Amino acid sequence: MKIFPNAEAALEGLLFDGMTIAAGGFGLCGIPERLIDAIQANGVKELTIASNNAGIDNEGLGRLLRTRQVKKMISSYVGENKEFERQYLAGELEVEFCPQGTLAERMRAGGAGIPGFYTKTGVGTVVAEGKELKEFDGETYVLERGIRADLSIIKGWKADESGNLVFRKTARNFNQPAATSGKVCVAEVEEIVPVGSLDPDCIHVPSIYVKRLILGAPYDKKIEFLTTREREPA
Amino acid sequence: MATNVEAKGWDRNQMAARAAKELKDGYYVNLGIGIPTLVANNIPAGMTVTLQSENGMLGIGPFPYPDEVDADLINAGKQTISELPSSSYFSSSDSFAMIRGGHIDLTVLGAMEVSERGDIANWMIPGKMIKGMGGAMDLVAGVKKIIVVMEHNSKSGDPKFIPECTLPLTGKNVVDMIITDLAVFQRPDHDSPFKLIELAPGVTAEEVRSKTTANYVE
Repeated sequence: MKIFPNAEAALEGLLFDGMTIAAGGFGLCGIPERLIDAIQANGVKELTIASNNAGIDNEGLGRLLRTRQVKKMISSYVGENKEFERQYLAGELEVEFCPQGTLAERMRAGGAGIPGFYTKTGVGTVVAEGKELKEFDGETYVLERGIRADLSIIKGWKADESGNLVFRKTARNFNQPAATSGKVCVAEVEEIVPVGSLDPDCIHVPSIYVKRLILGAPYDKKIEFLTTREREPA
Repeated sequence: MATNVEAKGWDRNQMAARAAKELKDGYYVNLGIGIPTLVANNIPAGMTVTLQSENGMLGIGPFPYPDEVDADLINAGKQTISELPSSSYFSSSDSFAMIRGGHIDLTVLGAMEVSERGDIANWMIPGKMIKGMGGAMDLVAGVKKIIVVMEHNSKSGDPKFIPECTLPLTGKNVVDMIITDLAVFQRPDHDSPFKLIELAPGVTAEEVRSKTTANYVE
């Protein structure tokens, strides 16, 4: 059975100091918050975390920064996070800035058995420094490595009891490539439904990737920047 | 002659409106954060332009009504948005396959510096700003046409269109067009120099020359 009673149980035996974790989410949208809380409670440290963002102060991965459990972040954007900035400027936290598309592809490639790939992104910038360059059809490309993480943590919308999983709207983001990047993927979802309830043609992450599953609901989904428009008068 | 000097040139919305003139029917477009976002308000009526959000959406709708806000539906600036009947969602890896693969027609980005050879710097001020490049490096590497919209001079008056970027680059030899509050520069290909093609109202070519250190064709 893949379904575990809670995040702590789902992570049992998977955490160790110095490990690499691939995490889904974009900003605070679609972040595996129950699993992050359980990693915080476990106290595992010296973590390398591949995640597009580092959360904001005390939200998302920001919680693991606060407790100093993170050694290194591999991220594309880390704004809106004072604790991150403080630790980084003080030299307490290592950061590998990785272009967003390169990061997504590194996770996808790592999970697909592709140890490296060439991309135009970052050529001529600090991102390409020290990396192999190669010319294809007159254009220069840089070699980037796939990320094979020890553990993937993702947040989905619904999963069936076998682990087939779907996302909702822009909460898919990095959750899909992150799911494939880890040797083990643990998923948390808003709803677990019986096998047969999800359309097999519309599965975003097939069950093979989801090794352990928890029901994370209820969620209090956070919004970073609330923007609305007025209704036109009737 | 003591009249309003501030009235010269384009304001932020007018710069965005100028960038919108580069849109074509059927275009798929990615807009950066800041002034570029305002381009969305200036899409000519009757023209179909599909906006891409690099966090995994095609067909960005307007900001939602207060009672339709959805935390699962945000743009790359992490603002709440709405969907359109034609919208689609996908993963970050699919999103950047679209961007890197040359499927996006146009991107409009802000910049801190652009060099006369089309290099762009917009992600980092060493020792000061450490937010990261987000998707900017992928966009300038993969999108067919790159338009930069920026103030002509920094707040301290320094030119931003310069011979050589001093800040860490986002991309090398990638910019096709520069729209500032004073003028528009364009180049037909990445081997040609930029040409001054348009002046904002009340701005002279001499003024642009005096406020620019980059070499360009007049």
